[in-house]
Amino acid sequence: MISLAHYIVLGAVLFCIAVAGLFINRKNVIVLLMSIELMLLAVNMNFVAFSRFLGDVSGQVFVFFILTVAAAEAAIGLAILVLLFRNRSTINIADIDSMKG
Amino acid sequence: MNPQTLQLICFYAFSFVTVAAALSVISLKNTVHAVLALVLTFFSAACLWLLLEAEFLALALIVVYVGAVMVLFLFVVMMLDIDQEKMREGFVRFLPVGLIVAVVMLVEMLGLVGVRAMNAHVLGQNPAVAAGLSNTAWLGHALYTEFLLPFEIAALILTVGVVAAVALTLRERRDARYETPSQQVNVDPRSRVRIVKMAAVRPDEPTASQEPQP
Repeated sequence: MISLAHYIVLGAVLFCIAVAGLFINRKNVIVLLMSIELMLLAVNMNFVAFSRFLGDVSGQVFVFFILTVAAAEAAIGLAILVLLFRNRSTINIADIDSMKG
Repeated sequence: MNPQTLQLICFYAFSFVTVAAALSVISLKNTVHAVLALVLTFFSAACLWLLLEAEFLALALIVVYVGAVMVLFLFVVMMLDIDQEKMREGFVRFLPVGLIVAVVMLVEMLGLVGVRAMNAHVLGQNPAVAAGLSNTAWLGHALYTEFLLPFEIAALILTVGVVAAVALTLRERRDARYETPSQQVNVDPRSRVRIVKMAAVRPDEPTASQEPQP
């Protein structure tokens, strides 16, 4: 029998893989964006699982909204990335230091 | 084989593919391959959602993510000329700290959620079927009644996203000539054409050989 624990553990594993991806790909902005997408997928997995196992529709509605916002976020993030590459010819995070942060 | 065992086997197969693809997303050298691995991750996650009978969201994940967002990623990856080797600098240096953080986080999360307690929740009857609806109708009823305002706001967010993406990447060309519609509308014909009164003049009769062919 599939239980709620199966999906929760899978979500946790995916989230931790995404966090490790953020750490080890410190240079490449595209892989960082993809790690964020992976994190959103892990969260969505939890939402869908809880919605199904508790019989509440709100979880699936929330996943729908997360998908919407993530699509907008990816579009704007990639637009910023293209702009950055056009102006500075690099997407290396170490080179993006003009704001002295 | 009883259906529950089959379900469990499917779950393990799909989750193995999901985790393996996610691992290759963060570790592959070539960014294009990483994007393709992410496509595989989303696809097998959609299969896992199908196992939970969340059909609408599973298909939406494939259509929205695999069909739109990942294609956008591929476009950008292929458009930008990235030095793959330079991007890999620091991979080995940050690998231990990344692994440690990930493993510690995983242990904490699993301790927090209490796997043993969650095991009590087994897959029961589909709540949508219990309500006499399909999954899409179940979701749609909630979306268009209880969550109507958030739904409209989501539409607004998408519109803002489109406008922002275009506005950010639109490049104004210096060498191109643009026309201003407001100036075009405000043109006064009298400033462009001067009508000169003159007496009518009969033109010379053209000869047959010179007459232009229609």
